[in-house]
Amino acid sequence: MNDVIDLQEAVVTLGQFPALTGVTLKVSQGEIVTVCGPNGAGKSTLLRLCAGLLPLREGSAHILGEDLQKNRRIIRQDVGLLGHRSGLYDDLTVEENVAFWGQMVRAESNEINEAIKLLGLDGRLRKVLVRQLSAGQRRRTSLAGLVVQRPLLWLLDEPHAALDSDGRDLVDGLIHEAAASGATIVLASHAPKDISSPSGRFVTLAGGRVTNDINNDGSGDGVS
Amino acid sequence: MEFRDAWAIASKDLRIELRSRILTNQIAPYTLLILVLFGFALDADTQTLRDTGPGLFWVAVLLIALLAIQRAVKIEDDDAAKERMLLTPVHSSSVFLGKAIALFIQLFVLEILLFFVMLALFDLSVEDPLLICVSAVLATIGVASSGTLYGVIAAGVGVRETLLPILLLPVLAPIAIGATRTFGDAFGRVDADGWAWFGLLSVFAVVYTVLGMLAYGQLMEDA
Repeated sequence: MNDVIDLQEAVVTLGQFPALTGVTLKVSQGEIVTVCGPNGAGKSTLLRLCAGLLPLREGSAHILGEDLQKNRRIIRQDVGLLGHRSGLYDDLTVEENVAFWGQMVRAESNEINEAIKLLGLDGRLRKVLVRQLSAGQRRRTSLAGLVVQRPLLWLLDEPHAALDSDGRDLVDGLIHEAAASGATIVLASHAPKDISSPSGRFVTLAGGRVTNDINNDGSGDGVS
Repeated sequence: MEFRDAWAIASKDLRIELRSRILTNQIAPYTLLILVLFGFALDADTQTLRDTGPGLFWVAVLLIALLAIQRAVKIEDDDAAKERMLLTPVHSSSVFLGKAIALFIQLFVLEILLFFVMLALFDLSVEDPLLICVSAVLATIGVASSGTLYGVIAAGVGVRETLLPILLLPVLAPIAIGATRTFGDAFGRVDADGWAWFGLLSVFAVVYTVLGMLAYGQLMEDA
């Protein structure tokens, strides 16, 4: 399988702070990888690096076959990132937000409507201003924007945060559906058991390095 | 660059401003207060008010432009929408143009309001309406373009609110001077060739629009 993510001794600094201190990681197409670790381990930084939003200080990084140092802008067009902040406009409705981001990624209006329905945002919620939504509903709206984008690489930072059990099931379903259609998913989570995939893989980060890399069935290498 | 994307971004910004009502409920009253206070400060001396009216008008426009630019930056920063925009195929020049168009429309609407209040308060009469119209359009393009550009520069710094005026006001000085002269000529208050100053406004508007379209992408990256 093609490597969608290929990091070799990747170092990223945030100001003077070394957030990633030499990450080596390969992720193949269609894989679902959960990155876990304590606060400050570098999970969000890893996702943002893979999204082409942070510069690489040392090492090498290839995302979707492109050199991250040379072609960050090309990579970004095929990457979807769900970060801690939702990237929504408070004074637009759910529908207007999803439609705007859909328009930005050249989605058709039927795709936008489908995404709204898929995330359970049709009906009453559709015309509600985002500033009036609960945290979970904001999360769903943000995810709808991601679904519309149909990225090749999904980077999800705590995708289950603030979601109820139905919402969590919905996200898990989306993840598996995206992987089945050939997309690659990397998610950061404090609670990796939330995602149960037969092809799942768990990578543990600590101190900005990969310390463990195992498959769901227990196989794989511990990395020191 | 696709104009369709630029217009979608401008429409989004305008819809947000209409809905938040900050323009109508806060910035517009602030604009009127500035003019009224100028009137009080000059002790209702209509001769002085007439002579200084064009300058006071453009100082007021620059002050409200600072507020509108801060707003335009804030709506992209509040929930990381700017970062999300980087992950779309939309060209940065379209983003710049969209933001600048929205800012232009907001400022122009406020200027029309301010203009008629100024006519009433300062008892001014227009001798060259065409010069007023075209110079106001060009000066506003210049303010919107340079404001959008400097707004994204200031966005990358934690002290945006205080830094933006320091960065932007010196840049806007040529617009303040040029637009004041053209308005002064159009009102028949100064002995200046307003159409010559109109040339300066044209150059400024073109330079900052082109510069913004070229540089905005890199500045978004760094912000």
